[in-house]
Parts: sequence; structure tokens; C-alpha cells
Amino acid sequence: MTSPLLQVSGVSKAFGGVVANNDISLEVPEGKIIGLIGPNGSGKTTLFNSIVGYHPIDSGSILYCGNDISNMHVPEIARLGLLRTFQQTRVYGLMTCMDNMRISVPHVNEGFRHMVARHSESVADRAEELLEFVGLYSKRRLMAGDLSFGQQKLLEFAMALMNEPRLLLLDEPTAGINPTLINGLIDRLQRASETLGITLLVIEHNMRVIMNLAEHIYCLAHGEMLADGAPSELQNDQRVIDAYLGAH
Amino acid sequence: MDNLELLIVAPVFSMQLLIDGLLVGSIFALAAYGMALVWGVMNIINIAQGEFVILGGYVTFVLAQYGMHPVLAIPFSALTLYVLGLLVYRIVIVRIVDRDLFISILATFGISILLQQVMNQIFTADVQTVESGLGTWFLFDDMVTVNQVKVLACLIALVVGAVLMVFLKTSRTGQAIRATAQNARAARILGIDTDKVYATTYALNAAICGAAGSLVVMTWVIQPFIGLAYTVRSFMIVIIAGLGNVFGVVASGMMLGVTENFAGFLLGAEFQTAFIFSLLVVILVWRSWRLRRKRQVLR
Amino acid sequence: MIHRYIKWGVLIVLALGAPVLMPAIKTQLAMLMLMITFALTWDIMGGQMGYNSFGNIVFFGVGMYVTAVIQRDMFFTAEEYETMAGALGAIDGTDYLTGLVIGLAASIVVCVVLAAILGAGILKLRGHYFAICTLGLGIAAAEIAGGIDYIGAGSGLVTPTFPNEYLGDRGYFFYYYFLVLAVVAFLVLSWLYRGQFGLAINAIRDDEDKAEAMGIHTTRYKTMAWCISAFFLALAGGAMGNLVGFIDPSEVAFAGATYGVWMVLMAILGGKGTIWGPVIGAAVFHIMQELFWTYLFGWQRVALGALIIAIVVFFPEGIMGFVRARWPELLGHKVDHQTPESRIVP
Repeated sequence: MTSPLLQVSGVSKAFGGVVANNDISLEVPEGKIIGLIGPNGSGKTTLFNSIVGYHPIDSGSILYCGNDISNMHVPEIARLGLLRTFQQTRVYGLMTCMDNMRISVPHVNEGFRHMVARHSESVADRAEELLEFVGLYSKRRLMAGDLSFGQQKLLEFAMALMNEPRLLLLDEPTAGINPTLINGLIDRLQRASETLGITLLVIEHNMRVIMNLAEHIYCLAHGEMLADGAPSELQNDQRVIDAYLGAH
Repeated sequence: MDNLELLIVAPVFSMQLLIDGLLVGSIFALAAYGMALVWGVMNIINIAQGEFVILGGYVTFVLAQYGMHPVLAIPFSALTLYVLGLLVYRIVIVRIVDRDLFISILATFGISILLQQVMNQIFTADVQTVESGLGTWFLFDDMVTVNQVKVLACLIALVVGAVLMVFLKTSRTGQAIRATAQNARAARILGIDTDKVYATTYALNAAICGAAGSLVVMTWVIQPFIGLAYTVRSFMIVIIAGLGNVFGVVASGMMLGVTENFAGFLLGAEFQTAFIFSLLVVILVWRSWRLRRKRQVLR
Repeated sequence: MIHRYIKWGVLIVLALGAPVLMPAIKTQLAMLMLMITFALTWDIMGGQMGYNSFGNIVFFGVGMYVTAVIQRDMFFTAEEYETMAGALGAIDGTDYLTGLVIGLAASIVVCVVLAAILGAGILKLRGHYFAICTLGLGIAAAEIAGGIDYIGAGSGLVTPTFPNEYLGDRGYFFYYYFLVLAVVAFLVLSWLYRGQFGLAINAIRDDEDKAEAMGIHTTRYKTMAWCISAFFLALAGGAMGNLVGFIDPSEVAFAGATYGVWMVLMAILGGKGTIWGPVIGAAVFHIMQELFWTYLFGWQRVALGALIIAIVVFFPEGIMGFVRARWPELLGHKVDHQTPESRIVP
């Protein structure tokens, strides 16, 4: 059995006295789409932040491609091909969509020559292709900050794809997106996974989305790993239902 | 560094530096307390802080010229600066209070240059001081001298600080200020006139600086162009102590006073100002380096 | 296309011919070019990258001192300098130029290395911490320079006399020097801004956390931006010392209260984060200053303070920002007039 792409084992993180993550373990095998669910405040985003190097973890280990990344900084981890998007979208507001895409090229093995040179035509072509893929081609010359929230979310997703990650952590990709567009987004996420070979770890509140998308789902509650399994198993798991409905 | 030997041979000199440092440090702490107030409540770093201090000193200086005792002039300095603070708030600060921090830094820096130059035009660039008429205590076989005026200034600074603390804790205005500091939007929704709170806070800070300035002119000297050093001292004290930590402010103020006195003695007086500004750079870099090890960024 | 060539042609002829047409103000014209360089180099960090620095003046001052000290030590012994203080003896054109070129080269090396070293610590700071830290840096540099006897301490340093008989008029020489410097700075920066460097520093300005999360080498780009500023400021400072003839630590070299603030002001006045903004801002500010400054009788620095406040409070987007808001199409910006279908903000 090959080792998973991302292996989180026994990770704990507390802010002051508040335990946000307690002894969390999960595995993301290469090429799969994995879901992460849980009620508000259950520590999902904290776990994302721990993985991508936003803050130090108190204990445990995070292995990516078999290497420990729990002491590395955000940009270093990102250059290894482990990327995340933000719950509150973050794009470069005063730059055009195309410029947002251009600067999102992979930055690994970048020499001084790359830093000062202009991008080749193929970069622009790829950027336009990906903007087309998320349906923003007609907006490519607009300032990213002038886009609507949902459009910014799509742009952020396209920027992440531009970076050619191996593993992409998506924090609520459908939050704030027009319901009619959600089906299209699910389709795009699946296509990204299949055609581009990107492994996905997705935080999602929309049950319909995550049940359709993910092959395996982890459920967090109160900072602890509550349950995990295939979507169909979790749907009928009494603990998960209780956690969401607040019964104890 | 010749003075280092002197300190080793006669350790009693360090007692002198220590006492002077502690006493002057309390004045730094007072100005820093004002800066922390404005920073915490309005999210503005007031670069004109030092100029308010120096201006307070000049008010006392002028009143002393007319024969008033400098200690009695403190309330007048504070009052004058309170009015000036209100004016500055109404003309400038009110327009930048919700804008990004750099705008406020640059705008208050402009105020700082403006005040500096106005003071220079009115009072010339000469160094000024005011005689308090108080005596000196001699300790350790007359090896250590303690100016009584410095002790008095230290006590006044601590009393003013304590009064302010009580004011913020108990009075209605104080409560409104603290509420606005925590969440201005919520305060506004609950009917607190945040504009008035901001005006009061800024003016109060100016008044605190005015009082600190009176103490400076009594114990030390003032000059139109040394204000920025007080701003930087206040800033250092606040970032070491953190916002809203009164005892931290007093402790780091005194620590800074002592450090500065020793540095001035060891490096020579011509490098004392250089030391203050270099210390600022070192403290900021050191703090960000420590945070970086924790995967965090100083902001 | 023809239209464009004519425009550039007129600009070039004007720039080359200005001191000949107006010989009385050639030093002021040289200063104008220096101001443009100031504003352009400040804008790399302040405008394009969002790191508002009050400390760039450090590189100007260091460059000035390094050049002057090398010129002095190459051709004069310590005793000679001591006895002739105030009037360094005449040296011929070749010696002068050799000293100047070696001095400028050394300034570049020193300033760029200094920028890299300082940057390693200071560029980790964000926002207002960076601004205040660099403010402290500028003043610390002036105070330290004022205490070192080797470079004349508080009483200043005299630069070698310009050999008029060999190199022609000093005013012309330095006008063309600063013209070339400003033009080169402009061309290099507009080239860099079009490449990945420009995109990366814009990204850092808009959202540094996002830039880090996308794997951009933020530290490298920031250090590089700071070093480029230092490079041009070293060249500017080295020549400025020779133009003025006398280096005072806090009034000429580390002149935070004048040049240090002006460079910020000019860039903001013209419009931060654009390539033409700083140029326009510098020109407007400098002309305004030359026209009105002398009528203020000592109150000019008071006026400067008032001007900073006025510009920052009422005109923070600058001239270019004003033009962009009024006529966005003129600057090639596209605007979506159609209302987006989903403006859902969580």
C-alpha cells in the first residue's frame, strides 16, 4: 500500500484555553476528493491553517508526500504544490483578472531570470483557458476587486489551478455562490480532479454538494474527529446527525 | 566606552543612572499611555505625540516667564493641549479615522512637521528649561544626587496616570471610550456617539501629553525638534507593553528610561538620540523575528 | 504611431535643451531630475508594493558619504584635508572623474548590500510597523553620521571642487547626469513593472497573505525592490554631494525633513502605483516649490506640513488617481457597467 499524499496524525491546536483541534488524524490519498464537514466552530478552518503553515501546531505531525511539513512556512509549503483557498475569498483586488492569473504561475525552481522577465505567450493562453473553464473569460480585463463575491470565488479557484498544485484545500467553495451556479461548480471540481489530476480536500457546509462530490468524508465536532466514512455511511450516522442538530 | 571602566570602578554611578532613568521613565510612560489610548480606541498611531509633549512644555515655559510656578502651570498646559487636540481632531483626524493606517501615520506626521516648524518660528530653535526652585538630595556620601523636582515629576506622572485609569473605569465617558475601543460599530448601533468619543479621546491624549510636557520642561530641556524622540519612545513602550496594559506601560517606560540613561552615559551624549532610534529598529526586528519562528507576522 | 513619435521627440528635445534654453535655472532643473528619481524609486516600495518607507533617504545619504569619502581619500592626505578644510584644492578633470566613478561604484555596492542586510530584518514587518521602523532608521542614520569624526561628524564634509576648466560648467554636467539617471530609472522600472516582478510586488501590495499562500517568493521580491531603490539612490546621492559641495549629515545627506518627506509626498501627489504618477508629482511639486517657496520667508516648512496634511486627507489618490476615476478608459482600464448577478456578501 502506498502512503497517502497527505497524512495528518494526532494534530492538536489550542488558542489560549480554547482547544480548536484535539488529536485530529486524517489521510488524503493521491487523486481522490475528500470532504471535511462539521458544524460551525468545529475547527475545520483551524485544521486547514495548521496544514498550510499559518500557525504552529501544539502536537502531532503533518506529512506531505512523506515529508514532515509541520515546521515549514506558508510560501514554502505552497511551492511544494499544497495550496489552499480562503473562506473569505482573497484575490488581488487592484489587479486585472488576467494579471491575477499570470502571477499565479508555479513559483518552484524560480531563478532571478524568471523574477524580472515577462511571461511567455503560453502563460497568457493557459490563463485564458482556465478563466474560460470557470466562466470568467468575458471579465478577464476587469479589476478583480470589482467582481462579485461569487465571481471572486471562481477567480480564486482558477488562480489555484493556474498554480498546478498536487493537493488543493478548498474552504467552502460554494458559500456565497448563486445556487444555479453550484451544479456547474461541482462539475468543474470533478473535472479538475479527473483531467488535471489534482487531489482535493474540501470543507463544505452544503450537504448535497459534498455528498455528490467526495469519495470519503471526515466529520469534525467540537475540535474532535467525530466520524469518517463514505458519504452514504455518514448520512446515516447518528453521531453526525446529532452533531448537526445539536442533540447531546 | 571609556565610561564603562568608570562604572566598574565606581558602581555607585550606576545607582545615579538607575534613579534618574526610573524617574524620567515615568514621564515617558505617561506619554505612552496617551498613545496607547488613541491607538486602542481610534486605531491611529499618533506621530504628533512628541510635538504635543514639547508644546505642553512651551506652554509651561511661557507661563513661567510671567512668574507662575511650573507645577501650577501643569493644568494650564493640559487644558491648552486639550483644546488644541479638539481642534486637530475636528480639522484633520475626523477625516482619516476610518481610513487605512498609513494615511493616518502620514497625516499625523504632517501635523508633527507643522507643529515643529510653528514652534521653531515662535520660540526659535534654542534649548529652553524652567527652574522649579526645588532642591537636591544627596545620597551615598554625596555620590548620588537626586533632584527633588524629578521625584515630584515622577509622582505627578503616576498620579495623573492613576486618575486617568479611574476615570476610564468608572465615568460614563470612560465607559463609552472603552466600549468604542472594543467595537466601534456595535457602540454606534447602541447609541454611543462615537464621533464625540473619538474627539474626547484624541483631546484627552493631547492633554496627557501637555502635562507630560510640563514635567519635561521642569526636569529636563525642550527644543522644537526633539518631539519625534518622544513619539518613538511612546511607540516602543506601547509595543513592548501591549495595548491596555497600564502596569506594563509604567514598567517598560521606566525600563526605557534606565536603558537610555545608561546608553547615553556609555556611548556619549552625541549618540543618545541615535540610540533611541536604533533601539526602535532593533526592537521591531527582534519582535518580528520571534513571531516568525511561531509562523506569525507582526501586524 | 507617428503621433507617438512626435510626442516622445518633443519630450526628448525639451529635456536635452532645457538647460541651454534656461541657463539661469540649470541647477534647479538638475534638482527636478533628482526629484523625479526620488519619487520613482520611492514608488517601487510605497506605491507598487504597498510598503510605505520613510527610510529610503538612508541610501541617498550613505551613497553621498561613500562617494565623497572615496574622492577625498584618493587624492588628499588627512593633513591636507585638515588644513584646507572648506576648499579642497583643484584636481584635474581625469582625476575628478576617476574619483567620482569609483566613488559611485562603491556607493552602489555599499547601498545595495546595506539594503539587502537591512531588508532581511525590516521587510518582515508589515504596514505601519514598517513605516515607523523606517522612520526610525532614517533619523538614526543622520544621528550616527553626525557623531562619526572620520566623515566630519556634525560639522560636515566638503567634496572636491568641480574642475570647471576641464569638464565645463558644473550645472550642465550634473543636469545631464541627473537627466540620464531619471530616464534610466524610468525605463528600467517601466520594464520591470511589465514583467513578473511588477505583478509580484502588486500582488504583495494587494494581499501579502494571499501572495504567500500562492507560493510567491515574497521575501526575495521585497528585498529586490528595496535593493533597486538603493541602487538608484546611491547614484543620486553620490552626485548630489558633488553638486552641493558640502555634506551636512541631517540637512543634505540624511535630509529626512526635506527630501525624505518630499519623495513620499511627490509620489502620492502624482498618484501612487503608476509609472507616470511620480514623474508628474515630482514636476508639479518641484515647480510649485521653486515658485512659492521663496515668498514664504521661513514659513516654507510650516507650509510643507500643511501641504502633507492637505494632500493626504483630501487628495490621497493623486493626480493619476483623479484622472483614472474621471476617465478610466483613458488609462486603458475596463469597467463592467452591467450589474453582477450575485453580489452576495457573507
